[in-house]
Amino acid sequence: MISRLIGKFGWKLMLGCLAVGMSVSQAAGAAAELRIGFLAPMTGIFAQVGKDMSNGFQMYLDEVGGDFAGAKVNFIVEDNEGKPPVAVRKAEKLIRQDKVQMFIGGLLASTGYALAPVSTRLKTVYIASIPAADDLTQREAAKYPYVIRTGWTSSQPNHPFGEWACEQGYKRIVAIAADYAFGYEVVGGFQKAFESCGGKIIQKIWPPLGTKDFGPYIPTFKKDADAIFTLMVGPMSLQFPKQLANAGIKKPVLGGGTSYDEFVLPSMGDEVLGHVSALQYSAALDTPKNAAFVKKYREKYGKVPSYYSESNYTTAQMIHEVFKKTKGKWPGSEKFIEMLSAIKLDTARGPVYLDDMKNPVHNIYIRKVEKRKMFGYDKDELWNTVIKTYPNVGQFWKYGKTEFLKQPVYSRDYPPCKHCE
Amino acid sequence: MKSRRGLLTVIGLLLALLIITPFASSYVIVLITYALVFAILAMSLDILLGYTGLPSLGQAAYLGMGAYLTAILATQYDFGLGWSFWVVILLGILVGALTAAFFGLFAIRATGVYFLMITLALGQCVWGLAYRWNSVTGGDNGINLPPRPEFGIDLANDVTYFYVVFGCFVVSLLTLYILVKSPFGRSLEGIREREPRMRILGYNTWLHKYIAFVIAGGYGGLAGVLWAHLSGLVSPGDVLLTTSVDALLMVVLGGPGTLVGGAIGAAVIVFLRDYLSTMLPWWQYVLGGVYVLTILYLPGGLMGIPERIRHRRARSASQGETKKLKSASH
Repeated sequence: MISRLIGKFGWKLMLGCLAVGMSVSQAAGAAAELRIGFLAPMTGIFAQVGKDMSNGFQMYLDEVGGDFAGAKVNFIVEDNEGKPPVAVRKAEKLIRQDKVQMFIGGLLASTGYALAPVSTRLKTVYIASIPAADDLTQREAAKYPYVIRTGWTSSQPNHPFGEWACEQGYKRIVAIAADYAFGYEVVGGFQKAFESCGGKIIQKIWPPLGTKDFGPYIPTFKKDADAIFTLMVGPMSLQFPKQLANAGIKKPVLGGGTSYDEFVLPSMGDEVLGHVSALQYSAALDTPKNAAFVKKYREKYGKVPSYYSESNYTTAQMIHEVFKKTKGKWPGSEKFIEMLSAIKLDTARGPVYLDDMKNPVHNIYIRKVEKRKMFGYDKDELWNTVIKTYPNVGQFWKYGKTEFLKQPVYSRDYPPCKHCE
Repeated sequence: MKSRRGLLTVIGLLLALLIITPFASSYVIVLITYALVFAILAMSLDILLGYTGLPSLGQAAYLGMGAYLTAILATQYDFGLGWSFWVVILLGILVGALTAAFFGLFAIRATGVYFLMITLALGQCVWGLAYRWNSVTGGDNGINLPPRPEFGIDLANDVTYFYVVFGCFVVSLLTLYILVKSPFGRSLEGIREREPRMRILGYNTWLHKYIAFVIAGGYGGLAGVLWAHLSGLVSPGDVLLTTSVDALLMVVLGGPGTLVGGAIGAAVIVFLRDYLSTMLPWWQYVLGGVYVLTILYLPGGLMGIPERIRHRRARSASQGETKKLKSASH
């Protein structure tokens, strides 16, 4: 019976062994190549964002013909389904099986917190191009020597944004944000800055990540608020403004950058006109570098790049800079981190350099959704018009590093809602 | 005779696994360890689904309890990072069993689809707790564990950890095997086949089912402890319904009521999902195809294959004999 079984399945076994053998020899045979692992959600509700992310990186690779100053780039994309535990498994695969020198990506802040320990455990460089989890480059930075960030911290754009809100004369604001680390940190940053210049957050609402129906939340908004602060991610961004407009609420709306990202903007209607958000990038940024980037990206992928694309494009550019200096040689993980943190670059989002905690310092743009024509496209479209620029904003804003690091990381309960009614 | 041959096959396979694994590539070692952890979970579910006829959709809850216990003890109390690792294993089993003992009070009164729904709801309660109770569970971020325990042997080494998990797996398989062959296991099968008859025969079927439920929870907790140290991250994503469904599919794919079937199902699904997926972007179709084909052609799961072959052989043999008889009579 057993021999028959083997006879029946022997060829499958052999095929399996062959596959294992091939993948091993593939990894061992290439010496002068740079293997980059890339984690992005390719299935599930965040699949579109994941596509934007990998497209950004891929576009830069195509521009340079997959060649970083002599190093052939082997770009390996893995689907993390937008789930932290899956991201950890895939990162293990990239490191152990594909023997990548570095891995990049992840989308959600929680994924960032999950991937950082993997980089420490397996001593592999992790570039957080999107995950904005504050503590990766703040209180926990010392635990993760192999983590470097080319994106942003969640609270970074929202410190200046809070100040901007004060300047507009808003006094009382209701906050509604996705219920996870990123949401807490975005709202926390905004609240800290807004309340230190005299504003009051009078209500905080936390719908779960991926909420589609805001019916239970919108009616609870305090009627006497001056404005609404929102932080939505992925498909949530699309639903919330629609339902807000349908509920007849006409208060000014402020938002974290991802609420009005270019990847949702084309699917939005006039209900978002006039909404203001803050981020380190806007596709409507009127600089020659950005204009060229937007046109090229649009030609290639048929859509306007979002910050998800820009951030990964810039990441690729920065890695290339390092390899220009090493003449195509992999300098080793520690040295690579060191060299990457020393890079100063003029990018599509503007000038970027990294602070001593390996987090970018860059411009923060206050952006207003407007319907207009840009870059010579002949149709009226929604764009995030830049209405104010805060130059060279770091992750600690004006608070000073030591002072800032003394406070706990922004969470659902910090800063406490002193003015909640 | 038949069961002895089966026993020898299982022992042979286990020995082969033990010998071959250390030479595999480091990613494959990790995957095999994953598969073994899930095998424990699947086997624990098989006690309910296969032997008692209770389709539970909440098995991930016990995995989650074990995993969160491990993570909380390790991060907040620095406990379980040395010899006390073994204590944590015992505590994990205990917490899984206690959770099941509590849930069982609500679930056991139902059968069939209602049991499915209740266990689903109870399982999601644990998920809700993990997701919402930020101060303890870290909410959506989950908890990152410190490096694996070290006590003379260094569990951070993947091969060493594989041996530990392998040991736990073998012990689980053995104890569960003894359990299902015991009079208690037999009466569980009796309940599966026809509960009213068992009740008329004087068995307290509620108590039997309750005990089976608690035991399954205990093994689930064990899987949770091992899982936490394996993955290094405990997050609500692990406790989600999908993990329970995975466990259920593993049992159904391997063959319910066979114990080993759950383990085989776990191995097949882990490798399809985490190994094949790295080679084929359309791996999900393969996984789907495997499910559909199994349900269509192998209602007894993969463990039904030898049975079918034997059956066919016996049939063709008997056909041959009748032919011979016919030709003889001519």
